[in-house]
Amino acid sequence: MNGKKLNQIIASILINSIYAMKNYPILLINTLLAPLSILVIIVFISRGALLGVGIEGALIMTMISAGIGLQGDLSHLKNDFKLQDMVVSSPTSAFIYMFGMGISELVFSIPVILLLSILAVLFLHLLVIQWIILIIILLVVFLFSISLGFFLSTLTTDVMQSWGFTGLISTLLSTVPPVYYLITYIPKPFQYIAYLSPTTYAAEIVQSTTGYLKITQLNFLLDWIILIIVTLIIFFISIKKSKWRED
Amino acid sequence: MESIKCKNLSKTYHGGKKALKKITFSFKGNGIISIIGKNGAGKTTLIRILSTELMPTSGSAYINDIDIIKTPELIREKIAIVPQEARPIHWLSPKQNIISYLMYRGYGFFESMEKAKTALKKVSLNSNLNKINRVLSGGTKRKVLVATVLSSGAKIIFLDEPTTGLDPISRNELWDVLNKLKKDYLIILTTHYLEEAERLADKVGIIDNGKLLAFDSIDGLRKKIKYNYSLKVQGDFPKLKSYHGKVIKGIDNNYQILTNEEGSYILSKIFIKKGIRFSTNQISLEDIFYYMVKKPITEERVEEDEW
Repeated sequence: MNGKKLNQIIASILINSIYAMKNYPILLINTLLAPLSILVIIVFISRGALLGVGIEGALIMTMISAGIGLQGDLSHLKNDFKLQDMVVSSPTSAFIYMFGMGISELVFSIPVILLLSILAVLFLHLLVIQWIILIIILLVVFLFSISLGFFLSTLTTDVMQSWGFTGLISTLLSTVPPVYYLITYIPKPFQYIAYLSPTTYAAEIVQSTTGYLKITQLNFLLDWIILIIVTLIIFFISIKKSKWRED
Repeated sequence: MESIKCKNLSKTYHGGKKALKKITFSFKGNGIISIIGKNGAGKTTLIRILSTELMPTSGSAYINDIDIIKTPELIREKIAIVPQEARPIHWLSPKQNIISYLMYRGYGFFESMEKAKTALKKVSLNSNLNKINRVLSGGTKRKVLVATVLSSGAKIIFLDEPTTGLDPISRNELWDVLNKLKKDYLIILTTHYLEEAERLADKVGIIDNGKLLAFDSIDGLRKKIKYNYSLKVQGDFPKLKSYHGKVIKGIDNNYQILTNEEGSYILSKIFIKKGIRFSTNQISLEDIFYYMVKKPITEERVEEDEW
């Protein structure tokens, strides 16, 4: 990657996270609260039994939140400040803009990721291979969520519309699917609904890798295949179909 | 030397609306081109196509001899745009706003910081470097955006209705800024303030219903319509045998007569004789605009006067 592209990525990070956090530090507290609040509820209700699953779920939720946040932020920047129009007419490409904005959401989530990582070290006691799988899954979920966020943001023409998408994605990807708990807690017929969300597959992989959920090797393999295919499809759709230079 | 050229540029939106119809014009050098027209005339569509944001349906467009439709990436380092309704990002300061934008253009952080300071000084905003954009006045916000694009190194700047919604003082301040800058840049601005175009533009494009009705200097436009005087009549419009020119309905639906020097003299004499209150001025861009956009209504004049 050349210096120009790196500067273009940093521009998004500055706008959407560093300067935002510098000028409004309260945002830092907000990013911490969302994933942690559900974690606390899950731990209290399960009397601590689901602490490990909850930490893993909160990490997945943080990655999904990045995409949800990206969708809202991009829509706000595009429709209210016309930033995207200014960037389209600049040397920055759609991919670099999306990548930079995606990373900016990750930078924004650094405090919560750090906190959850500390909790994971303290309570999960993972082996190196388990850490590697967890990190890979988080990266795949992150790619999926920012691709979806970018795609939806280019379709929205108003922040109100964007809020509609935010609620929908949040419910479909992080509340309905068994991210903070095990899929076995869901009655059988409803499990099929949970499988409509890619985060269910991500959670299953992580939970089975860390020993909280027992699934067959075939199931494990299928989870990977489905998660990767869905992510790649959404990624390519977001690149191809997103409105950058409008026609 | 900067240049812009488009030929038969047309745009039909997906819903079937024809926004531009075979727009053709060219310009070489620095200065300000002002595209004027009513709301929905096609000004923004034209600017968005020229700034490579929007694809035309047909036609060609070149900036500095680069085909911007086929190879937009080759021109993007040389152009910059302030879109209509753009605002500096609320949670940033003017300096942070410019630094981020410059980094999108590929500049490094420290270079951007220096350029931001220089650009804000250029538009007399050095005292607002670190304030949050949200608290700035409307005029100052627009100046921040102008400073943002000026600092980019782009020599061709598109400003889509940069003064809409500003109070007269802020508008005048921005005009002063643009007037100072026009010798170093090619600025293409759209406006529906005719006074703005008259004050700033080296060339004016009048666009109506997607068609470019004229593209010329204000003097050129005056010559084009053959009249150089405008008589505005107050009160009831008189019925005359000859108006020695064209009658148009101008601003506030008041009738006015566009005429030449001789006609102006004759009509003035008649009006004085009949005690009709009127004023006469050299034809303005506003008169030209109304003449071109609204049909002259001489043919509608009622019964001829006896005298």
